Amino acid sequence: MGGVDVSAAMLLVLAGLPMTLLVTALAYAVGLVLGIPLMLGLRSRIAPLRLALRLVVDIIRGVPPIVWLFLIYFGVQLGTIRFDSLSAAVIGLGVISSAYLAEIYRGAFATVARGQGEAAAALGLGRVTTFARILAPQAFRTALPSMATFLLSLLKDSSIASTIGVADMVFQATMFARQNPAVAGIVPFFLAAAVYLVVSIPIAISARRLDTRLRKGAVA
Amino acid sequence: MIDLAVYLPRLGQGLIVSLQLTALSVVLGYVIGLFFALGVSAQRGWVRWPCLVLVEVGRGIPALVVLYIVYFGLPVLGVLFENFWAAVIGLTFTAAAYSSEMIRSGIQSVPAGQREASAALGLSRTTTFVRVVLPQGMRASIPALMGLAIMSFQGTSLAYSISVNELMSQAYQVSTITFQYLWVYALTGLIYAAIAVPATWLSVGVERRLNRGYA
Repeated sequence: MGGVDVSAAMLLVLAGLPMTLLVTALAYAVGLVLGIPLMLGLRSRIAPLRLALRLVVDIIRGVPPIVWLFLIYFGVQLGTIRFDSLSAAVIGLGVISSAYLAEIYRGAFATVARGQGEAAAALGLGRVTTFARILAPQAFRTALPSMATFLLSLLKDSSIASTIGVADMVFQATMFARQNPAVAGIVPFFLAAAVYLVVSIPIAISARRLDTRLRKGAVA
Repeated sequence: MIDLAVYLPRLGQGLIVSLQLTALSVVLGYVIGLFFALGVSAQRGWVRWPCLVLVEVGRGIPALVVLYIVYFGLPVLGVLFENFWAAVIGLTFTAAAYSSEMIRSGIQSVPAGQREASAALGLSRTTTFVRVVLPQGMRASIPALMGLAIMSFQGTSLAYSISVNELMSQAYQVSTITFQYLWVYALTGLIYAAIAVPATWLSVGVERRLNRGYA
């Protein structure tokens, strides 16, 4: 484990960091947006729609991420066009994020007191205004900590994109390990592990702070 | 056409390996997780800190990276394992780290009055913990541990990356033989979901039932 190996491995792993962050951010963005209509469906008064979406969300979450990525990367073909590995990873992890975030949103809306909606209706606010100005801001508070926790698990799951060839940190580490199969093979994985921890810590700390602050705010 | 007769036996074999991986990593992981939970709650710093670091590292890094570290790392230490056992070790470590926090918060949820009452009855500290606190704490963490078992089952698909012949690897091999990628992976996904989704519903039911008991 010479000094040269470690720094070369570190450079390679860090070269994969932007891709790790990009996949995580894009998939999270997809989930943040698509989670909203899914959540609305999960809260729908039309029972068949609600139950159908319940099943869809459960199935999405029941299939492991790696299966989603392989399904989209190898299985989906539109005419002669196939997704490149980055798009497949973002779509796959985005679909998974949508399902998880929809469930987080739904849970958060369920905690908003019924009286809030009733009071808004009594004041003559429209359904859209009630939703957007009264219910959603309160639900968002409750949802934030879970959303941050999910972001952390998505960051870790983004490593699975390496299995379909997205050049993230784990992909780079694997390349290094294949080229240096002896003692040095393990080094890049420890480095990648350290980088994941370093990236996670600020998210975890701010989530915890936010949680305490919002809890205080909710009590006051 | 879809050659189910070709797919299903191989996917079935893979599923059995996946379930074996799940069973081993969950059972071993939860036992180790219990010790981690005790270690993290320990008074002595030299016990608490190493446990805390292991738990946070296990929860903070991707399970895939844990698998690669075991797979590429153990031979370096002169330990040669079959891929299957490398996967068991990696998945067990991840399950242990996650379960320890669930078990710890379960134990913490037991009201202090329970310990005080046991002390008042003259029960020793060990008896108090093993017979009074632990059973109630474990009961409180059952829903979370069931959820983690389902996640662990799904997580066994990562063992594909270190060439364990579990469901995902079998799916990959079948798909490269038949070229029916879409069908093979869709079927594979449904097999995972067919186990994970009912299991999730079961864990939700158990959670409701346990809550009812406390009401």
